[in-house]
Amino acid sequence: MRYIPLTPNEKTAMLAAIGVASVDDLFTAIPADVRFKGELNLPAPMGEQPLMAHLKELARQNRPATSAATFLGAGAYNHFIPSAVDQLISRSEFYTSYTPYQPEISQGTLQAIYEWQSYVCSLFNMEVANASMYDGASALAEAALMACRTARKEEIVMSNCIHPRWRQVTRSYTENRGITLKDTADHITGRSEAASLEKLITGDTAAVVVQSPNFFGNVEDLKAIGEMCRAKKVLFIVAVAEAASLGFLAPPGDFGADIVVGEGQSLGIPLSFGGPYAGMFATREKHMRQMPGRLCGRTVDRDGRPGFVLTLSAREQHIRREKATSNICSNQALCALTATIYLTLMGRQGFADMAKNCYYAAAELRRRMRPVHRHPFFNEMLVELNRPAADVNRRLAEQGIIGGYDVSRDYPEMTNKMLLAVTELTAKRDMDRLIEAVGA
Amino acid sequence: MEYPDGLSYTKDHEWALEEEGVVTIGITDYAQSELGDVVFVELPEEGTVIKAGEPFGVVESVKSVSDLYCPVSGEVLEVNHDLEGEPELVNSSCYDAGWMMKIAVSNKKELGELLSAEQYADYIKSLK
Amino acid sequence: MAQQPGARGLVFNEPLIFEHGRKGRKGCDVPKSEFPETDPAATMPPALLRGPVEGLAEVSEPEAVRHFTRLSQWNYGVDSNFYPLGSCTMKYNPKVNEAAARLEGFAGLHPLQDASTAQGALRVMYDLERMLCEVVGMDAASLQPAAGAQGEFAGLLLIRAYHTEKGNPRKKVIIPDSGHGTNPASASLCDYATVTLPSGPDGMIDLALLEKEMDGETAALMLTNPNTLGMFEKNIKKVCDIVHAKGGLVYGDGANLNAVLGKARFGDMGIDVCHMNLHKTFSTPHGGGGPGSGPVLAKKFLEPYMPAPRVTLRDGRYDLDFNRPKSIGALNAFWGNFGVYLRAYAYVLTMGGAGLREASETAVLNANYILAKLRGAYHVPYEGTCMHECVLSDKFQQEHHVSTLDIAKGLIDRGFHPPTIYFPLIVKGAMMIEPTETESVETMDAFIAAMKEIAEVAKSDPESLAAAPVTAKVKRLDETQAARQPDLRYRR
Repeated sequence: MRYIPLTPNEKTAMLAAIGVASVDDLFTAIPADVRFKGELNLPAPMGEQPLMAHLKELARQNRPATSAATFLGAGAYNHFIPSAVDQLISRSEFYTSYTPYQPEISQGTLQAIYEWQSYVCSLFNMEVANASMYDGASALAEAALMACRTARKEEIVMSNCIHPRWRQVTRSYTENRGITLKDTADHITGRSEAASLEKLITGDTAAVVVQSPNFFGNVEDLKAIGEMCRAKKVLFIVAVAEAASLGFLAPPGDFGADIVVGEGQSLGIPLSFGGPYAGMFATREKHMRQMPGRLCGRTVDRDGRPGFVLTLSAREQHIRREKATSNICSNQALCALTATIYLTLMGRQGFADMAKNCYYAAAELRRRMRPVHRHPFFNEMLVELNRPAADVNRRLAEQGIIGGYDVSRDYPEMTNKMLLAVTELTAKRDMDRLIEAVGA
Repeated sequence: MEYPDGLSYTKDHEWALEEEGVVTIGITDYAQSELGDVVFVELPEEGTVIKAGEPFGVVESVKSVSDLYCPVSGEVLEVNHDLEGEPELVNSSCYDAGWMMKIAVSNKKELGELLSAEQYADYIKSLK
Repeated sequence: MAQQPGARGLVFNEPLIFEHGRKGRKGCDVPKSEFPETDPAATMPPALLRGPVEGLAEVSEPEAVRHFTRLSQWNYGVDSNFYPLGSCTMKYNPKVNEAAARLEGFAGLHPLQDASTAQGALRVMYDLERMLCEVVGMDAASLQPAAGAQGEFAGLLLIRAYHTEKGNPRKKVIIPDSGHGTNPASASLCDYATVTLPSGPDGMIDLALLEKEMDGETAALMLTNPNTLGMFEKNIKKVCDIVHAKGGLVYGDGANLNAVLGKARFGDMGIDVCHMNLHKTFSTPHGGGGPGSGPVLAKKFLEPYMPAPRVTLRDGRYDLDFNRPKSIGALNAFWGNFGVYLRAYAYVLTMGGAGLREASETAVLNANYILAKLRGAYHVPYEGTCMHECVLSDKFQQEHHVSTLDIAKGLIDRGFHPPTIYFPLIVKGAMMIEPTETESVETMDAFIAAMKEIAEVAKSDPESLAAAPVTAKVKRLDETQAARQPDLRYRR
């Protein structure tokens, strides 16, 4: 076995040094009645050559969105990734290291986390961000828990224009804690009005949550909702499922958001069938000690030189145990590094230009399709069809086009509609083919 | 370790000083030394009513966190806001500038149930 | 004395990315759009728009590459040298697994694509679930949990759903005091109170105490086996019987699974539900803190509650089944960290059953070798053979005012990553050493020599250890200042 260096002679010598006769003698602590005696029923070991052939064969059975004409978004987006990103995260000092518990030999990871936290604050216009959560959906769930903890209340008002799966995750995280989630019914108009959210607020409401752009691609009126939240003295949580929009739309922090969460997949992270991605999490300084997840801080060493450490750890499970702000331990560090490198390469202007190109493609698609809603948008939209979305998608698939998301899966009454996403990678000829196929 | 006479102590390592119905509360020299460098103190809002033996706040050092337990019942009159910016006062001056809160005591009898300096010192010895 | 691997390399100073670059410099070329560049103000109020994000870098591609390359050089990875971090299983991360995850057929796959266009990926999931079930003797697995802690959460939710359906979700979870902090934190997340069970004098679960604590309001016992002292719970069957007798379930934390692959299985011990850490036992890289993958596995009677969707195989066709009325629901936006568990799939295929057993046997041999060689120089709080990790303490070195922290920092100067320190909490000044199976005897001998040398220096020159490390990028950092005056982001 090429990953195990010991030779039989070395094993013999080591057993002698330990003072036992055989390896089995080291396992006598396992009682006979629970010892596994047979062979695990697994495929026979494969060398690298047949393994790679097998994996390539499996990969061939998939038709990846990255090599097709694709209009699928709904929480994961096909954006361009500069080559340098993968080259840099493939430095094994980054990817084969553990959580930076020994800061003196983890300064690379730590400084990168600090830069990530700074970037997240800039993107959201918030004051403090953590080192990452599992993904946007679990970040939203943690935000709901944090809001209830901070406000000492047990109700969350949620727009039902939030990604359905994000709402489900939030439910999984909150329902056993006696927290009530109250969903609006805004999907018909495609946007959460401050008034419809306000109607659901009671004295026990901790926070109001909206997503912008929302699941239907519509930009929410964060200003009005933020003002309503302040007037009603509830926390305001904003979720961002398409991080590329942060290069184009005014950030949630501009509208008084108390907690902002996001999915960082669009920032250089491959689609990879749904993960690993990077959950973004930010808040105001006054709520810093209620945050979940790791935080990296800048300090000095004994000689006064700058350096970085994990800090405010007393919030976390390894110290506060059952009273911790979250149970999270491993996060998505390498994905956060990926996004940090991506943002560095794209830079101030490039990120904005990329986002604008997404918008230009969307504006064109909108002119040529029948949009269901008439709200401000970024790169995604719900369009009207003359047949069920599943039928349309089947026809598109025959032409090698990956169609949009069938929203009737989550909103059963929304038939003959499809959620279409474009990015800076959307080619004009592919859009022409889509429109021809849908119209036909 | 110093445990000034005239203060009352709990086995959870808080001290209490009563003056005209107002009890000032902090943590002992032993507690601050066991914690190490204090980095944050979370205290209740003024006006909160707390019962004896209930947690009233939290004190954090770099690698540990401890609940603070209230020695006597009453309403919180004042908390030490200096600790927000200078939590190190708990280390450098635990009986003076590092005090944590003042309570309007609702039942003075509870003070009689606390330990004297001598009893507390014996208790600490018994822990070692 | 043999030469230690630690030596000085060229370490560059490197400022924050925000202190680099010049106005107008860029690290990418965004092509001109093929579509008309219409003014967004035509479709939305200007107040909803933003200009370029202030705070993003303005650097060229070579500057960006050099910046992150230099940062990487300040890190210590498994590929650098020995990384004996206890309970973290820092084994070698095979390179073929990296190549697998980068195949476009996997990396370019959108999670919501029609199942007909993702048959290869779904097969990986389906087959891996079955293979992992075989390894721990369980009947059903879900790959959705993104890390061990989310696996624990999922497992406890299964337990809660089971009890709830029987009429009472129950109130408490019993956790031995040697357990990881994630255990009680996960219990809280499921609204269970934690009952901490003090370990017996032999480091094992105290059966009498367990019997006393276990009642009809206890939902589960959560245990780590082998435990965090590196010892196998010898009464595991009895432990499970005691819990089951009162209608409770047993949760197995798989953090230490690398000790028992092909040697013992959770399912056979009487454990009802467990998670495993693919980023430990199954060789996927830790990535500086993640991403991990923490599949949850359970006996058949808990299968209906598993996270949705489930991967199914019908008539030779793989699919995702969302119609799971009893499911605990969703834990992630999609199907978990596919790119991570794909690596684990490649690992299991590489190793096979015999290879996995050899991995555990070798990991246990290595840990016992280190224990045998360091016994005497360091205090051993719980005697006997260990499993895949051994726990030492600084008791002897404390006589010279040298602590576990000093020993850890001394190891850094000698070219080694320190073990896990100050855990488990029940050992004062604990050092938890887990060598894994992928280390050569020369590497372990060099580590042993460094540890012995440190034990000598602790007597002769304790000040030098108090000053360590001196060869790293920075010296010991002021964690107190970091926590008192948090500086968590760059400000211009």
